[in-house]
Amino acid sequence: MMKSLIIILMTSVLVNNYVLSRFLGICPFLGVSKKLNQAAGMGAAVIFVMMLATAVTWPIHNYILVSGGLEYMRTIVFILVIASLVQLVEIILKKYMPALHASLGIYLPLITTNCAVLGVTLNNINDSYNFIESMVNSLGCGLGFLLAMVLFAGVRSRLESANPPEAFKGLPITLVAASIVALSFTGFSGLVEGLFGG
Amino acid sequence: MDAIITAVIVVCSIGILCAVMLVVAAKFFAVEEDERAKQIRECLPGANCGACGYAGCDGYAKALAEDGVKTNLCIPGGDGTAKNISEILGVEFEDVIEKVAVIHCHGDCEHTSNKMDYIGIQSCEAAKTLYGGKGKCSYGCIGLGDCVKVCTNDAICIKNGIAHIDTRKCGGCGLCAKTCPQKLISVENATEKVAVLCSNKEKGAVVRKKCTAGCIGCKKCEKNCPAGAITVVDNLAHIDYEKCTSCGECVKNCPVGCIVEL
Repeated sequence: MMKSLIIILMTSVLVNNYVLSRFLGICPFLGVSKKLNQAAGMGAAVIFVMMLATAVTWPIHNYILVSGGLEYMRTIVFILVIASLVQLVEIILKKYMPALHASLGIYLPLITTNCAVLGVTLNNINDSYNFIESMVNSLGCGLGFLLAMVLFAGVRSRLESANPPEAFKGLPITLVAASIVALSFTGFSGLVEGLFGG
Repeated sequence: MDAIITAVIVVCSIGILCAVMLVVAAKFFAVEEDERAKQIRECLPGANCGACGYAGCDGYAKALAEDGVKTNLCIPGGDGTAKNISEILGVEFEDVIEKVAVIHCHGDCEHTSNKMDYIGIQSCEAAKTLYGGKGKCSYGCIGLGDCVKVCTNDAICIKNGIAHIDTRKCGGCGLCAKTCPQKLISVENATEKVAVLCSNKEKGAVVRKKCTAGCIGCKKCEKNCPAGAITVVDNLAHIDYEKCTSCGECVKNCPVGCIVEL
């Protein structure tokens, strides 16, 4: 049991990293990775939202949609539920934890219907994980997102002071750098088989 | 047909449930915002420079509305902004003490020279990591213009290898002081007349070999100051502006000319 959970965690953080291997959530990855503290804030918000979304969508799918024979509606139901849930959390945070809202709050609306969040909840169903496995998987995906953001913020701070040719300045060189970082993550592909013997 | 109806009913009811939840939450957890904070925010220049000591203009507006802090802290906005804020809050208007940035180094190309030819990343912060910068004096201005890049008023230029501040353009926000990796820049009241333009803390003889404009810590200014405002600490003269009367005695007496009139 413990071993399978660790395998799920390792797989989702390193091997199937949502940003760098599955290419979900590229928008915040490129948009908010300019500064390290912003990238870390965004990553923390994504972990929080992913776990919250999984905790709510998994029961909805398995107890409401399955019993009604409506599994094919899960994408639209999940979007609906996640979006309103995140808004609700934002309202509550603003009231009771203004400090946390000030640091996380601006990123929350950005990820309400982010494809990485939706992707995690849908993949949990597709891979037929149970509730605990789903939660571990979404924690891993969030950590993977945070890792990708923090790594890329470091790369970008180097890019700031680099002097590429005029045509590559700004977004082009950022995309090139992102692809190289993504390429380096393919190096993790055999990791889980190597560690746990497949 | 049944399948469609069930799907519509289930999805609609989930949607309505979510909507009701959000409406209830918005009512119960509503945060009251001070109207005045919004008005004050519109008066402020929006430079988010942090000269007032708060995190950006929003922070200052909130502090003004809620905690009744002083209305004259916004330096880029000047008297006009302070007047508007005073009107909104209904308190007495106070003059803004205008500030100006001072670079405590004037070791330009004529007074000092480089210890190496630096061709790396063109920023002071990067150059500093390599043997403390390209110049002979490791305390002095590196001259690659990190301060020029952050200045929103276009008040700094690099001349003869060191940064110079145009006091007419300088708004006194202190962004350059935060950026300078050598910590050479301080923000002083615009009324001050004299300043020590050196930051080198080494002994006189060592300074002399590196830069002919550096403070050698001879204490002549300390002895001659009629107001007792100057002290030499770590081989470097400091002016206490609370005591300084701007008489200019120190400027006349400094043998290396590192105390100057602004």
